[in-house]
Amino acid sequence: MKELRNSVCIVGVDESDELGTLPHKSMLTLHLEAVRNAVRDAGLKISDVDGIFTAGQHSPATIGEALGITPQYVDGTTVGGCSFIIMVGHALVALHHGLCDVAVVCHGESGRSGVGVTPRRDTALPGQYEAPFGFGGASTLFGMITTRHMHEHGTTLEQWAQVAVSTRQWAALNPKAKNREPITIADVLNSRPICYPFNVLNICLVTDAGGAVVLTRADRAKDCAKKPVYVRGAGEATEHVSLTQMKNLTFSEATRMSGTKAFTMAGVTHKDFNHLMFYDAFTSGPPIMLESLGFCKPGEGVHFFDNGRSTPGGSLPINTNGGGLSYTHSGMYGIFPIIEAARQLRGECGPRQVPKCTVSLVNGMGGMLSAAGTLVLSSEK
Amino acid sequence: MDLERPLPQPITPEAKPYWEGLREQKLMLPRCRACRRAFFYPRVLCPHCHAADIEWFQASGRGKLHSFEIGYQSFNKAFKVKPPFVLAMIELEEGPRMMSNLVGIEPDPKKIRCDMPVEVVFEKQTDEITLPLFRPAGGAR
Repeated sequence: MKELRNSVCIVGVDESDELGTLPHKSMLTLHLEAVRNAVRDAGLKISDVDGIFTAGQHSPATIGEALGITPQYVDGTTVGGCSFIIMVGHALVALHHGLCDVAVVCHGESGRSGVGVTPRRDTALPGQYEAPFGFGGASTLFGMITTRHMHEHGTTLEQWAQVAVSTRQWAALNPKAKNREPITIADVLNSRPICYPFNVLNICLVTDAGGAVVLTRADRAKDCAKKPVYVRGAGEATEHVSLTQMKNLTFSEATRMSGTKAFTMAGVTHKDFNHLMFYDAFTSGPPIMLESLGFCKPGEGVHFFDNGRSTPGGSLPINTNGGGLSYTHSGMYGIFPIIEAARQLRGECGPRQVPKCTVSLVNGMGGMLSAAGTLVLSSEK
Repeated sequence: MDLERPLPQPITPEAKPYWEGLREQKLMLPRCRACRRAFFYPRVLCPHCHAADIEWFQASGRGKLHSFEIGYQSFNKAFKVKPPFVLAMIELEEGPRMMSNLVGIEPDPKKIRCDMPVEVVFEKQTDEITLPLFRPAGGAR
């Protein structure tokens, strides 16, 4: 595993031209804009791309066709929103072994407007065992994890709310973030109840957006336009799909396994990170991910959001783009924390730049902590 | 008749004994003959020991509320039960967990507790489909 460490770099990142409510753009358009922008950021041409990694409704073949290229390596692993994080690991292996030379991990989703989207159909399992009871969509499921966490660990609604408040402070500094006005714990607690224990401000946005990440081997990365970001470690795992099959509702085994693999490959420990990016579909997600990754004991993850620790100027900044909670969340959010980590490691984040950011963690979930991907990214070899 | 709930479509072959049991007001569970452990949802391989020797038995219908949520709106156009309603994860006495609704209690987070004892009630939807809902144990409905 160690020979993979730092063998590949992220050399280009970007979003689609616009993020937000975009009824004038199809899912495919969001995809193509993101790829074009990220390839341009790398100082490369679309014709240089020979590996396509994408998840969701569009297969990598569709993206290759739409781009007018013939990729020699494709991956369409779709295990939820963290698929793109997992795919950075897949691209790492493919590039390292010379199966492709320039890999693009890309995402486009008309999550809010539904333009150019095939309606989702229930599969046999949720149709038989969940939908008849009113389950439908993530906010009716992630709450199960959250309520149980409150029961076992005494976590409070105020503590979950603090995650939204911290994340909004970062969004205020990101011109691309959708919701930028400051909020308080009381605002979160008094916002519209959706599905207990979640009010609307505990739940991510629903937007239209695209994002892409370009990778190549470290030797070639030196010739790209921007400072390379090293992929130091990568890990993945899946545990369950239905929450009834999750062994312990308040601890994600998939997250733990993905983290252990990534940290081992990278040769890092928890204290080596300057910057953390988590998949925050719900306010309870990042604290539970911190616990599952071993940053703290079960039940203590919320304390990372105490006393300004995670906020601008704090000692361990978390979700510095404003997160799925306040920046953007198209449905499969996982590409965006990678983009933000790369920008922080390059030092190009302006007012929200984390000082001396050299080692960044990206951790994301697919489904309800069902799948997980972890990356250790670094500005130096 | 207007249905209040989206019903399974299709019923998969390996789940037929489950749905047939519910029609007779019985909560049937699959159990592995090799390791003797019950599991849910139905499938042809035991998720514990991976043997393919599966039998069915009638569960007690008793369990605990493992976790819950309260829906303040509908999350599915076909689900027309008036909110607020209680989304429930039940841990059955026999071990497996299943999703359901908690009924017969006020949908108030102050009144509902994780691990409270619950028991099954059967709610007929159509001649073919009956659903297992749960209520506080010993509670009259």
